Amino acid sequence: MSSRSQQNIDALLKRRYEAGFVTEVEEETVPPGLNEDIIRLISAKKEEPEFLLEWRLKAYRHWLTMREPRWAHVRYEPIDYQAIRYYAAPKQKERPKSLEEVDPKLLETYEKLGIPLREQERLAGVAVDAVFDSVSVATTFKEKLAEHGVIFCSFSEAVREHPDLVEKYLGSVVPYTDNFFAALNSAVFSDGSFVYVPPGVRCPMELSTYFRINAANTGQFERTLIVADEGSYVSYLEGCTAPMRDENQLHAAVVELVALKGAEIKYSTVQNWYPGDEEGRGGIYNFVTKRGLCAEDAKISWTQVETGSAITWKYPSVILEGDNSVGEFYSVALTNNRQQADTGTKMVHIGKNTRSTIISKGISAGRGQNAYRGLVRVAKSAEGARNYTQCDSLLIGDRCGAHTFPYIEVRNRTAQVEHEATTSKISEDQLFYLMQRGLSAEDAVSMIVNGFCKEVFKELPMEFAVEAQKLLGVSLEGAVG
Amino acid sequence: MLLEIRNLHVSVEGKPILRGIDLAVDAGEVHAIMGPNGSGKSTLANVLAGREGYEVTEGEVLYKGRNLLEMAPEERAREGVFLAFQYPVEIPGVSNVYLLKAAVNAVRKHRGLPELDAMDFLKLVKEKIRLVRMDEQFLYRSVNEGFSGGEKKRNEVLQMTVLEPTLAILDETDSGLDIDALRIVSEGVNSLRSPERAFLVVTHYQRLLDYIVPDKVHVLAGGRIVRSGDRTLALELEKRGYGWVLEEAGLGAGAGPAA
Ligand SMILES: Nc1ncnc2c1ncn2[C@@H]1O[C@H](COP(=O)(O)OP(=O)(O)OP(=O)(O)O)[C@@H](O)[C@H]1O
Ligand SMILES: [Mg+2]
Repeated sequence: MSSRSQQNIDALLKRRYEAGFVTEVEEETVPPGLNEDIIRLISAKKEEPEFLLEWRLKAYRHWLTMREPRWAHVRYEPIDYQAIRYYAAPKQKERPKSLEEVDPKLLETYEKLGIPLREQERLAGVAVDAVFDSVSVATTFKEKLAEHGVIFCSFSEAVREHPDLVEKYLGSVVPYTDNFFAALNSAVFSDGSFVYVPPGVRCPMELSTYFRINAANTGQFERTLIVADEGSYVSYLEGCTAPMRDENQLHAAVVELVALKGAEIKYSTVQNWYPGDEEGRGGIYNFVTKRGLCAEDAKISWTQVETGSAITWKYPSVILEGDNSVGEFYSVALTNNRQQADTGTKMVHIGKNTRSTIISKGISAGRGQNAYRGLVRVAKSAEGARNYTQCDSLLIGDRCGAHTFPYIEVRNRTAQVEHEATTSKISEDQLFYLMQRGLSAEDAVSMIVNGFCKEVFKELPMEFAVEAQKLLGVSLEGAVG
Repeated sequence: MLLEIRNLHVSVEGKPILRGIDLAVDAGEVHAIMGPNGSGKSTLANVLAGREGYEVTEGEVLYKGRNLLEMAPEERAREGVFLAFQYPVEIPGVSNVYLLKAAVNAVRKHRGLPELDAMDFLKLVKEKIRLVRMDEQFLYRSVNEGFSGGEKKRNEVLQMTVLEPTLAILDETDSGLDIDALRIVSEGVNSLRSPERAFLVVTHYQRLLDYIVPDKVHVLAGGRIVRSGDRTLALELEKRGYGWVLEEAGLGAGAGPAA
């Protein structure tokens, strides 16, 4: 690549992280370190029922027997789990009963991030749960949703108000024994969102949660549980940001989706945690377990746009247990500067005539490392199962890397499994072509990259697709227009 | 003078390709550039459009009285320089109409005009696409992806008619066109001809010049313009080939790239 386009690329790679500010609020935290007392303290602060504390403690004891996984294609210094604070929450006298009682600084924070929480200012069709460090600060449109029987609230509130539902489904898709980070999360999880859609109800608006890490030296361990009862439908979106800091921060979330018979859950993520600076200082370690369980005729669709975090380790998966159930995974993962991502999915076919689609678009720029890791498993019972996987990598510059690790295990002869993979580079010819039509180098790169991601963006709800395109443009600043 | 090229020398990877080009193009004119394969025609077109990888070792280029060579490629485009590529590239996932809109608005922004909204823009594009007789479906297909050779060329002309450049450089836009397409493309070009606008038309075939009648014809060989004339020069070349021109210029017959 000639020197000028290298310069263009370098300039574009100097990204600007717009969500990097810190909100000055007094926070209530627990001392750093992890032990049973801390867990009891967190549970007590949340006024949790006994079953939950017991569950947390079991998870913690199990976690002590586990080792941090090392198989992912990422490198980082060992994490000192005793140096992390496991709880931080903005100080409030009492639990705010309405938005008027929420600290204006917090509302301002979300406003600055483009997420106004006052309902009249919101996009009419979207309800939001705003999670600030370890707690949910507000959930909008609750009453309107309640009219349809839809429960949308913070996880803590669900524990208080709907303990039976929580007890029934918590850990039913991701047991605390699942993996190291899931076990850790189960022991110390703070807040997150809870959704329940009753049988036959089509949720009348998009639901979304906006996660914000603010406090320093704390981890965020949110837990989200979505239950779509028989024949229901819900579309849910999560977004995330964090301030710019030189230290790494741990984010180990668990998301469980339950789609009962004939239900459909569409789960979209736009992940923009602070990615660290050009030298790789700071940034979020994003170790996430996301999994959905499909009953008969159910469908779960994951769409993710991952542009942030220093390290991303996540594999939103679907267990296709019921006959004729459908799993989808659409992913755009972008790594720039020193970011590393090891992401993909697992599609586990158990029921008959189950189908899955995987479309993964990895973009590597700067010194970014991007790995797709995907498992397609067809059990003996999965007569007539079908999978289609397409896995494309785009390289920008020549110091980055793209890696593909597809695992395919087929135990039923009637199954059809297809896998396609490509790797390409943004060519100087393409850049010049667009610049000759009047586009700046930056716009040219982002147009090419957006074109590359089109199949995934078209799966996002409209407003968020626009958001994602913009975000990709910003994340590529200095990389390719 | 709209475009003035003076003693332009250009090297690629240390190898001299253009070796002293002089060319003056006035607004309202059409200049045809002919010449053997490898003689430097595309090189000249690319240098004018600002492609990287070309080293100007001597000479200068003035466009609207400004030093063209100092302008970034996108700035040249916004100032009205348009290159219809010899080999248009494919851009997967980016629809033709999306690119056109971005291009039109980049130019408008540069000129201090408000962006066209979706409705006005579509109206404009649909008018132009009728002019080059392309199916509207092409608007929604990815840029050049899966287009036939001729369709790609026609698409370049569509972009040109939408962008209405001041200086249009057509690099073998006629190659690969069927007989009808050649006429349609020529009509597209002719519809743009105006006293403010100039064309540099690179071609191997006199045929095109029956439709797009040039004011001047130049023969580029060995990195220089070795002969200029009116349209009869093209007719003569068609009949006699390049040999005699090259000989008179002191270049061996068939000499393409600089010896
Ligand atoms: N990047 C490059 N590296 C090396 N040589 C090059 C490069 N680009 C062009 N050249 C050489 O420069 C010379 C002129 O090429 P150019 O494409 O300008 O010719 P042309 O007149 O357009 O030919 P044609 O009629 O075949 O299109 C050729 O010998 C070509 O091989
Ligand atoms: Mg050429």
